Order: sequence, then C-alpha cells, then structure tokens
Amino acid sequence: MSEVPAELKFLSSHEWVLVEDDVATVGVSDHAQELLGDLVYVELPETGTTVAAGDSVGVIESVKAASDTYAPISGEIIEVNTDLEDAPERINVDPYGDGWMYKMSIEDPEELENLLDAEAYSESIVDDD
Amino acid sequence: MGNKTPLYPCHLEAGARIVDFAGWDMPINYGSQITEHEAVRGDAGMFDVSHMTVVDVSGTQAKAFLQHLLANDVDRLDLGKALYSCMLNEQGGVIDDLIVYYLRDNFYRVVINSATREKDLAWIDGQASGFADLSIRLRDDVAMIAVQGPNAIDKTLPLFADYQQAALAQLKRFQAAEFDDCFVARTGYTGEDGFEILMLSEQIVGLWDRLLAAGVAPCGLGARDTLRLEAGMNLYGSDMDETTSPLVSGLGWTVAMKDARDFVGRAALEVQQAEGLQQQFVGLVLLDKGVLRNHLKVVTAQGEGEITSGSYSPTLQKSIAMARIPVGVSGQVEVELRNKLLKAEIVRLPFVREGKSMLNKEGKNK
Repeated sequence: MSEVPAELKFLSSHEWVLVEDDVATVGVSDHAQELLGDLVYVELPETGTTVAAGDSVGVIESVKAASDTYAPISGEIIEVNTDLEDAPERINVDPYGDGWMYKMSIEDPEELENLLDAEAYSESIVDDD
Repeated sequence: MGNKTPLYPCHLEAGARIVDFAGWDMPINYGSQITEHEAVRGDAGMFDVSHMTVVDVSGTQAKAFLQHLLANDVDRLDLGKALYSCMLNEQGGVIDDLIVYYLRDNFYRVVINSATREKDLAWIDGQASGFADLSIRLRDDVAMIAVQGPNAIDKTLPLFADYQQAALAQLKRFQAAEFDDCFVARTGYTGEDGFEILMLSEQIVGLWDRLLAAGVAPCGLGARDTLRLEAGMNLYGSDMDETTSPLVSGLGWTVAMKDARDFVGRAALEVQQAEGLQQQFVGLVLLDKGVLRNHLKVVTAQGEGEITSGSYSPTLQKSIAMARIPVGVSGQVEVELRNKLLKAEIVRLPFVREGKSMLNKEGKNK
C-alpha cells in the first residue's frame, strides 16, 4: 500500500498539496511514483508564472512513461525544486519530502475546497493496485 | 486475469508489480527497474521468459522446411548452434523474429514471441504443407529463465550437476547444450553474457529459488526493454512488423541471400534491393533534455522519419532510441516532442556492449 499523509490535499491526477499559511507546496503522490516507476526527467514551471487551477504546468517522465502534472489551484509559482533537475529520483525516494516540485501562492482559498482529502484520495486509488 | 507462468508465485513473493503483457501476467519490475538494469550490466539478473513459445521442428525434412520458412539460413548452423532469423511474409514483411537451435540430426528448436504466438503457429502450419516427413511440436510443457550479466555464468554453473557443469563451461556464445532434464543456451536479449535455461514447467520454480539463493537478482520486463534497447536489439511490434522489411529495420545482416535458396519473402526483398532502399535504421542519442518515446516524429533535411523504440538508458544516463529515417541522413536530426524540436545525434548500434558505453561524452560514436 502506498502512503497517503492525512494532512495533505490531493488531485485525482495524483498531485498533493500542503497548505501552510498563504503558500501551497505541490508534489506528486507516493502512489503516482509507484505507478510511474523510476523517474528520470522532470520539467517544472518557471518561477514567476501565473497559473490557473487545472493548467498543465510540467511533465514528469519515468523510464516507461511521461505524465503531465497539473496546477491544483490558481496562483503564482514562487519557488521550484531545482534539485529535481539532476535528481528526479528524489520523487521516488521521498515523494512528500525532498521530492516536492514547487511552491505557489494561493489566489483563491475557496479553490482548496475542490481538492480531495486523504481519505477520498485513498479511495480513488484503490482500484489501481 | 491473464495467463500465468509457473513462476508467477515467485514474482509475487519477490514483490513484483505485475502488468499485462500480450495476455500474460508478467513482472514489470520488483521495485526499481533501473536497479535491475544495473544488476544485469554489473553482476547477474534473471528474467522469467516462460511466456515465450517453444516449438520443436523435426523430421528428415526439418532443415528443408526451415530453409523455406526463414530468411536466415539454418544450413549455416553446426550442431548445438543458435541462429537469429526473421520469418517473412510474401511481401517481405516480418511476421516474427525468432531464435532457432540446431540440436540433433533432423531436430531443431525454435523460440518465438508470445505476442505473435497464434499467427506464427498458423503461418508455420500453413507453410508446412508439402513437407511430408516433418513434425511440428508445440512445447507448452516447458518454462524458461534467462540469466544474464557478467557474473551470470559463474553464479549459475554451480547449480548444475558436475557432468553438466563440464559441458556448460565449454559452451561458446550462441551455443546450446541439451540434457535429460534441461536445455541451456548461451544466448540472451540484454547484450550481456549468460544462459537461457529451459526446463519442464514443474521444475522451474526450483531453479528460480536456487538462482535467488546464488545472488541472482529478479528482473522484470522494464529492465529487459532498456537492456535490449541499449544493446541495439530489435523488439518485434515496435522496431519491425508485417509492414516493414528487415532491410529497413537494421536486420539486413540476418537475411541470407548470397546463394540461390528460395525462402518466403525473398522475391519481395530482391525487388526492394533493385529499386533501392528509401530508409535506414539508426540509433539516436538525445542531446537536449527529455525522453524519446516510440512513434515520435524525426525531422531531417531529407524528410521525416519515426522513432521505433525510445526510452532512457540507465547506463548512458541519456535518452536513446532506434529510428527509421530517410537514407543519406547523417550527423544530427531533430525529434518532435510536445511541440518542441529536440536535437539528437545519429549513432551506430549498439549503444552499450558488455556493460561498456560505445559512445563518448558528447553522445557520439567513439
């Protein structure tokens, strides 16, 4: 079973969101990295770009497949995890820690209500295993 | 639920992620396909290849039949030797690629792909009419493990009986030995040394367990694909199929046309040669960031081509591919990926031989 931390919010497309004050940190779930297998390339959004919820903002590629990643909410990208450029495997090793992808501002806190909580996300991935 | 090989419980035991492969429930990896890839390049790994189809062809007309059926010539084979060949249709397209072993007088063993099993068997049966003394026996009673890597033979030999060890230690590349309880060939699909071992299905779990105990790492289909790609070995259905000629699939070397032997597809290949080939089959190394994938468009000064197999090379830590592109193109090409044009260098195959890169730091041939 993959890990689904209770304090995080999720998208059904497997991104996780950690909300701390007015900043959201975004990564991909343990389940997603398990499905993809060894990651070898990560394309991240650029700092300073403004994105809308649901926008495709990057690509993560494993040996076997490429997968788009989507912005969970609207806001501005304020920091990206550039360590992933040379070490995309951090997402495999520590998806909820060193494997974070970017931090963004929260334009409309109400959009957070549209995200899945840990329990709902856990239920959504049961059939994948 | 798909077909399961006798080793399916062993895969679950070893923590495999199982996927459907041509109707078979097979391990894609046991955690990390890159770690498995590295085990084969640096030590020893094993693959369950029991899903592949084994066919024994025997009789006084077995040789004549295979000389008719196959684009490569089994007359080249000494006893105990293996030959890689394509089986073509009348248009010169590839029905399948296979290995044929010449085991005894009037006795050959053929190993074909699982994805093409039914059409292959139907084709073989159809071609067999007119050959009177010929027996074609499907061997669904056997299972197979491929043990590959620089230490594969050292780790595997002690698992055999003394008299078998003596015989196996003498095997040269592409040679096979047959015993009462097993068949062992020094062949594989990784670009490394090693054995492919065939046994009755009920005995194969014992071999798997002994190999595990000897320190051989279980490896899944994911690593098998990146290993064969680095080794420049074709994958049926990706790099060639019934619509493509071996002559534009990097397989011209497997087509024996020097003498007058008439085999299925020869006439079509002769027409292709007379008209001149329009495409070439090459290796590509991605110079920009990203990962090359099957079916991406290749843009060259002489027209478009297509990637037939693309992935990431754990050994080179770059993305590599095999591609069919217009003849005459050399140097650099561009590959269209997500609406961007990425630079790639054309190289000779293979990318990796026996664990060593065939390229320099700039991604060019040494």
